[in-house]
Amino acid sequence: MTAAVKPASAVASKTRGRLGTRWPLHVTIIVLMVIWLVPTVGLFVNSFRPAADVAGSGWWTAFIPPWDFTLSNYEHVLARQGLDQAFINSLFITIPATVMTVLVAAFAAYAFAWMNFPFKNVLFVIVVGLLVVPLQSTLIPVLRLFASTGIAGTFLAVWLAHTGYGLPFAIYLLRNYMGGLPREVFESAAIDGASPATAFFRLALPMSVPVLASLAIFQFLFIWNDLLVALIYIGATSSENLPLTVVVANLVNSLGGETHFLTAAAFLTMALPLVVFLALQRYFVRGITGGAVKG
Amino acid sequence: MDQRLITAAIVVFGVPAVLVGYIWLTERILRIMPEQRQGRIRPWIWIAPALLFLVVFLVYPTLNTLVLSFQDRAGTAFVGLANYEYFFTSSSTLISLRNSVLWVIFMTVGVVGLGLIIAILVDRVRYEPIAKSVIFVPLAISFVAASIIWTFMYQFRAPGTTQTGTLNAVLELVGVAPSAFIQTAPLNNFFLIIVGIWMWTGFAMVILSAGLKGISTELLEAARVDGANEWQVFRGIIFPLLLPTVFVVGTTIVITALKSFDIVYTMTSGNFETDVIAHRMYQEMFINGHFGRASAVAIVLLVAIIPFMVLNIKRFREQEAIR
Amino acid sequence: MNQGSRRWRGIAALAGAGLLAVVACTPAAETGGTEVSVIGTWGGSEQESFLAMVAPWEESTGNKVKYTGTRDINAVLTTGVASGILPDLAGLPGPGQMVAWAQAGALKPLDEVLDLETYRADTSAAFVDLGTVDGNVVGVFIKSALKGLIWYNPNVFSGSAPTTWDAVMGTDSGSAESLWCVGLESGAASGWPGTDWIEDFVLRQSGPDVYDAWVNGTHAWSSPEIKSAFEAFGEVLDASFGGADTVVSTNFGTAGNPLFTDSPGCLFHHQASFITDFFKEQGGAVDGEFDFFPMPDINPAYAGAFTGAGDLFGMFNDTPAARDLLKYLVTAEAQQIWVSRGGALSGNTKVTEYPDEVSARSAAALGSAKIFRFDGGDLMPTALQSAFFKAMVDFAQDQSALDSILAELDAASESARAG
Repeated sequence: MTAAVKPASAVASKTRGRLGTRWPLHVTIIVLMVIWLVPTVGLFVNSFRPAADVAGSGWWTAFIPPWDFTLSNYEHVLARQGLDQAFINSLFITIPATVMTVLVAAFAAYAFAWMNFPFKNVLFVIVVGLLVVPLQSTLIPVLRLFASTGIAGTFLAVWLAHTGYGLPFAIYLLRNYMGGLPREVFESAAIDGASPATAFFRLALPMSVPVLASLAIFQFLFIWNDLLVALIYIGATSSENLPLTVVVANLVNSLGGETHFLTAAAFLTMALPLVVFLALQRYFVRGITGGAVKG
Repeated sequence: MDQRLITAAIVVFGVPAVLVGYIWLTERILRIMPEQRQGRIRPWIWIAPALLFLVVFLVYPTLNTLVLSFQDRAGTAFVGLANYEYFFTSSSTLISLRNSVLWVIFMTVGVVGLGLIIAILVDRVRYEPIAKSVIFVPLAISFVAASIIWTFMYQFRAPGTTQTGTLNAVLELVGVAPSAFIQTAPLNNFFLIIVGIWMWTGFAMVILSAGLKGISTELLEAARVDGANEWQVFRGIIFPLLLPTVFVVGTTIVITALKSFDIVYTMTSGNFETDVIAHRMYQEMFINGHFGRASAVAIVLLVAIIPFMVLNIKRFREQEAIR
Repeated sequence: MNQGSRRWRGIAALAGAGLLAVVACTPAAETGGTEVSVIGTWGGSEQESFLAMVAPWEESTGNKVKYTGTRDINAVLTTGVASGILPDLAGLPGPGQMVAWAQAGALKPLDEVLDLETYRADTSAAFVDLGTVDGNVVGVFIKSALKGLIWYNPNVFSGSAPTTWDAVMGTDSGSAESLWCVGLESGAASGWPGTDWIEDFVLRQSGPDVYDAWVNGTHAWSSPEIKSAFEAFGEVLDASFGGADTVVSTNFGTAGNPLFTDSPGCLFHHQASFITDFFKEQGGAVDGEFDFFPMPDINPAYAGAFTGAGDLFGMFNDTPAARDLLKYLVTAEAQQIWVSRGGALSGNTKVTEYPDEVSARSAAALGSAKIFRFDGGDLMPTALQSAFFKAMVDFAQDQSALDSILAELDAASESARAG
């Protein structure tokens, strides 16, 4: 934490001068944003239209009179029995699992990055390789295990499962970042007599805030949007514990009709992850590592 | 009700407390031992919790899968390599192999390339959080919603009738006949891959952006003062420093592309020659009920990433040598 | 450093407090009575109908039904049967799967659970037999549907119902653009409307014996009888609105919409009795704008033939409450609840009230069918049914590939029935 930190605005103004006219930059970004948003906007507009309209004409026609907007899709979704319980279940599943994953991964990542032990790299590569294990192939063995230990159908089962599934990516991401932290900082800490634990809590963790924030966002998101894990480990026996994703998917009848409710539901369920993303944005600030990463 | 409150409290406060306590306790114990011993034992203690989770949830099922892949439909009789033979000779699975290769190449290049470009571009504007949120939104939408969104985008109606799909409406506007994007092989694969790129670019962007923030501004300023233009700054400073992160993102996306299943499942269910390996696995396991074949597919996936893992080992060795 | 760890404690405290607050604000769960876990594919309005169906039972017994609805029911039940974690009652994907699970011992026999005499007396024989494996009843039908109905808009087609298939195909489409509307898209099950067509053709062209043998796997797909069924469907496709591209990309629920447009796209639409809800919701049609006549005979030797389907239920865990619930579900009172809500018929002959004329006529047809067969695809092993679905999509895109499609189906049939 030694190098001076340049505030973002100073950087921006310098590059403004450097780049001369900035409008190509702005245009490019705006165009990209529009391209990215158009598909979602289509869904958003359709969520305010009655089903027959959606089947009959494109969403852009909604802006031409006669206007036929309706809140009925949203009303139907919100009035849905069990939606509020499902929302709480989702929170209940997601937050603890995220906390667990980030912490367990942080310890392991630090060990892989800054400690030496035999077969370190091979073991790490195996950990990363586990990323490819398809979820479906783990369902039966793990469910059997849960059955024999009696935790099937409980939240604990889902927390443990999500942590296990999320660890390969989490360790991969954190190790890469922690490995890039300046060696000198840890060396001088060691010289000062700090134990590895102290170095971890006082140095590595604070310096890794941007990547920890990224990881938290992703874990939160993946678990929040997960359907299969919760369905298989909880669904058969404890329907009251099902998360939002399952309940929302069930707005559609078995034949696939009534998809117009899904359009509204999609936006309702999207709200929280976006809020989390925006809230954690502040940790993506330049200067936390104080320009410590050098070539 | 009180039960759940207690459980929630236990997990949110307890888990960090337990982990920290575990480290603290082991540090205490380690202090008794000689310095050298400490250094050898400590890493294992730190990675033990993670290894435990991984073994239970991923390694053990994989071993189970490996055994099953040599067995028959119900998992009772040994059939040797029959399942693998089926996989590499059946025409339907060969198509899925071809498609998965397409996914890996194009989705990875698309996601990483776009993610990098966007991360660098938005780094320079004031409204960065807004721009990043816009690119990130697709990732926040569940797969179910994303498939509905793109069904609307690609929707096809008979020529002459009102088009309800966005892309076909645009085509009609410029006088081109509407096209059944998803139903027309082989280009439909690319349209599905575009959905994947749309969803995952935000992921790459977020991680690359975090890495970007870690690059010293003084370094960049010094280079610019010395007269380097933006491209040289990128090539000489930004990209080399970001390379490890690009590698991580790239590997993750390659694996994601290989495992990609939801988009195909919800939009075409493997029809129109769009099947991919992971969807075939789902099909074999839950529709056909053939555990042997499904397991063989899973093992094929594992083997497919070995080259990428080898690259990773090489890179770690290089990185450690530099440090 | 200190700032860092303080920040972490702060975040942890915030997350923890948030979670606790949220959990604390949740109202306490109700207690009392046992719970029965049920899983099914029903969602949306079907789920509401099912919950309405069990509500009186819950009230009178004080028990609670915990219903989980999901389209991934195959995944849940497959992992469930393999691991032993199963719901008490479950909607089964079809009779084919039911047999497999019954023989594996996962599905419990219901002979002791139901009042067999009453059940046999009240329920039409076809449905009782379909739920029987090795002499034991293991599956019961909660609701059923009639298939093979030809729907039309009375405002567009005002003639009398054609009595032979040739007459149907020969009808002048008049103001409509094409004779038929067909839509095959349906997510993971895309192609199933086509399978309904083929089943109707096989039954009417070649009779119930060939139909049964074909479903059982003893009559080949590449045989002339089955091939002619596909060819007949090919003729329908040639006369379909929008051509092959439209047929494969239109969702089955909106496929009938061109019946109701100002300049109608088609005259006829072949679909089961439950399509009426879709006409109203997605097509914007009102009562009176749609009506049906049953698909006519083709071979007079097999007159009065009908196909139908139903939602099958089975019991995985033998608990007193589950038994009670199942017993209730097969009664006429229970099934009447769903039927009255629309979109369903019942195999129970004591169910007599129908919400509208269309349902009443469908029920009458179902009850009086001379030859009745259950949906063939549902009777086949799941793997084969899935291949059947895909085959319809392939066929619609390229009719000239018929021979290779049928050969593949034969191969799929063999492999699906192999050990």
